[in-house]
Parts: sequence; structure tokens; C-alpha cells
Amino acid sequence: MTAVSQTAAPTRSPTADDVVPMVSIRGVGKSFGTNEVLRDIDLTVNKSEVVCLIGPSGSGKSTLLRCINFLEVYDRGEIRIEGTLVGYTEDTPRRRLSNRDLRSLRRNVGMVFQQFNLWPHMTALENVAEALVQVRGMDKASAAAHAGRMLDRVGLAAKADAYPARLSGGQQQRVAIARVIAMEPHLMLFDEPTSALDPELVGEVLQVMRDLAADGMTMVVVTHEMGFAANVADKVAFLDRGRIAAFGTPREVFHESAEPRVQQFLQTYHERNSF
Amino acid sequence: MKFSVILDALPYLLEAAVTTIWVSLLGVLLGQVIGVVVCVARQSGGRAADMAGGVYVSFFRGVPLLIQLLLIYYMLPLIGIDVPPLVASIAALGLASGAYVSEIYRGALNAVPHGQSEAALALGFPGRSIWTRILLPQAFRISVPALVNELILLLKASSLISVVGVAELTRTSQTISASNYRPLEIYLAAGVIYLAINGALALFGTLVERRLQQA
Repeated sequence: MTAVSQTAAPTRSPTADDVVPMVSIRGVGKSFGTNEVLRDIDLTVNKSEVVCLIGPSGSGKSTLLRCINFLEVYDRGEIRIEGTLVGYTEDTPRRRLSNRDLRSLRRNVGMVFQQFNLWPHMTALENVAEALVQVRGMDKASAAAHAGRMLDRVGLAAKADAYPARLSGGQQQRVAIARVIAMEPHLMLFDEPTSALDPELVGEVLQVMRDLAADGMTMVVVTHEMGFAANVADKVAFLDRGRIAAFGTPREVFHESAEPRVQQFLQTYHERNSF
Repeated sequence: MKFSVILDALPYLLEAAVTTIWVSLLGVLLGQVIGVVVCVARQSGGRAADMAGGVYVSFFRGVPLLIQLLLIYYMLPLIGIDVPPLVASIAALGLASGAYVSEIYRGALNAVPHGQSEAALALGFPGRSIWTRILLPQAFRISVPALVNELILLLKASSLISVVGVAELTRTSQTISASNYRPLEIYLAAGVIYLAINGALALFGTLVERRLQQA
């Protein structure tokens, strides 16, 4: 392998692709009026890494996640995806990106929502195929074929013709994941993907996410599933009142962090989940 | 009561009813187009479009349809546009209906959860596809009952166009009863015909609703 790549591309230095992080967040801040919801956030996500954002409600996890694909506008600092500034031009003073440029950026970033947000007037298959037609310009037949393969990947080939209302929450969320992976994103954002699910349905969604992680997908996951964070995440960021209060490997954050707020949060979590 | 006069007049009344139906349908179609355009323009076309739409809606909702009809019929010739009664009638019905329909769609759009368009936005959908593929189809489903209501109201309102001389059901009833001096029988027959048409429309609406609910 080494020899091949050296002869095939002798001038290629190991910079560009290897060093530019998938997501780079530097000094990001955001306010709603006088309320500072994000303060001076720094976070790097490398290729194929799984980073979990945890913390109490209202700590800014979801807001931070939504800033990454600019569904939420950040006011200060910069977010880069594969080196490209998110939401703004590179000029100073910076201007907001046009919708067209924003669209081309979002094509590489998939997002999975807490409420699934499947389109109720389309079948599972149509939900997955729609973006392939509207965004990637595929013809309907090949979009449907591709969508079918994606549903198969999340174990739902049999439900292709079912409307969302006929699917369980776990199945709906898996369709929503299929809808995203069909677009072959470089990065996937998960906004509390299991929080709206009945407990017995959480496992099937987490399993699909584990498979994605094992396939090398880069993922940023806002979650209350500490087990998932501990077992699957490469890095965990603990947010509190708009700041990253602790960051590191799951082991560092869960077991070695001296940060009292982390300890308090984990203690509350354990109390609530034991009986 | 002499029911034989109804039988004698029936062919003319039914012919007039056909005019009522197609004038109303054209009015509804025009109203749908105007309604959707005004609604989308007000939501996504900036402040000027919103204000223009607001003025349009408050005028056509606030002025009686009969006055609108007479204004269109008598005013346009003053600026050199000669409009046949039929065209003026369809335009008036469509413009008035469009104002109501745009508000029906506005209400329906508010009922579509924000996450619906957000999911499309996050996937990189162009704004136009979000409207045509995600928002409007759902808004339409939600507003079917209100739209059927509007359709029925408009069909009844079409009786007003009798004043500019269009030979629809009401006008024809007037003409017939003025010649046979049997207004009670003739208007009774006209009322039953209106009722039958609207009954069919309501049934059609129920079928559409049921069909969409299966999805």
C-alpha cells in the first residue's frame, strides 16, 4: 500500500486530505438577544470520528449541532467543514452565503432529527428517493432503486411502500437515517435521535448508528444515551451553559474528569436510570 | 303550485345550471392559482410582496362581491378595456375567491410542522422544491375541508353575476318567471338544483379527503 501510493503520487504530501479536519469550530458564540447560548466554543472532529455532545437541557448542545449546517446562525467565531467556512463568505467583513452556496455545502452534511421529520405524504421509499431527485438530479427510476438499497441497509426493505404513519418510531428514524445516507454525506449530524422513542425502540436505532460508525462515517451526535457515548464515541464533549466544560475520550470525561458539573450530571443520570 | 311549469322550464334551467357550474369552476381555478401565488409571495417574497398581498386580501375580502363585480364590469370600459359579462364575472369570482384561498393556505401552512421544511433544507433542497414537493402538498391536504367550503360558497355567490346579464341559473329563473308569472315554482326548482350541485360537491370533497387520508 505504502509503496503504491508513493509511486502513484510521489509529489503528494500528507497534508490536504489527512490534516484538514472534517469539522473545525473556533471561538464560536451565539446569542438570542442578551442570552448567550454558545460561548467561545472550540471543537475539532476528524474524519471517521464519532463525537458525542452531552450535557443538561439548555446547555447549547442542539444549538451547536444546528450551527454546523447553518440551520442555526452563529454570530461569532468560525465553523469549517473540510476547510470550507460555514454560512459566510471568506471576505472581511464577512457576508452571509447565498442560498445556492449554502445548499452545496449542506449536500455533504446529513442531519437526523429528534422528531424524524419524515414527510407524511410520501412512502418510506419516496422519502428516501425524493432528495436524490430534487437535489442530486437523479431520474426517478434510479433514485427509487438506490433508495431501495438504502432501506435495505437499515433493515427496512419490507416497509418500502409504507407511509410514515404506519411505521413505529424506531422504523421512522431508521428511514430518516436511510434518507440521509442515500445522499452519501461526508458528515452526519444527529440531534437527539432516540429521545422521542419508546425505550424498547431505542436499541434498533443505536444499532444502525453503530454500524455507520463502524463503516467509518464521521458523526456528531447530541445524545442522552450515555451508554452509546461511552461505547461508540471517540470523543465526548460535555456542554454546560453554552461552554464546553469537559472534552476528551469517553474514559477521560466519564471517569477521570475532575469537573464537578460533569460528576453532578452523571450522578443525576445514574439516579434516574437505576431503580 | 303548478308543477307542470317546472317541467316545462326544466330544460332551460338545467342548461343555465351548466353555465353556473362552469363559470364557478373557472372562478375556483382562477382563485386557486391566485390564492397559492399570493400566499407563497406573502410568505417568501419579502416585505413589499407581503404588503401588496395584504392590500389585495383586505380589499377583496372587505368589499361585497356584488360591488366588486359591478366595479370590474363598469370601470374597465372607462379605461378602454371592454369586457364581456362572462369574463368580468369569472374575473370577479376568481379574484374574490383568491383572497379567501390565500388565507386558507396561510392557515394550513402554519399547521405544517417546521421540521418538515427543515429536513428538506438540511438535505440541500432548492427553495422551490421545498414549496412544491413538501409544503404545498401538505397544506393542500390540510385545507381540503376549507376548500370544499369555499367551492360551495363560490357556487352560490355565482348567482350574483345575474346582475350583469350572464344567463346562469338565477338569471334564467328570473327571466322565466317574468314571462310565465310563476316565480314560486321556478325559484323553488332553482333552489333544488343549487342544492343538488352543492350536495355533489360536498360528496366529492368527502371522497377526496378519504382518499388523501389513506396516504
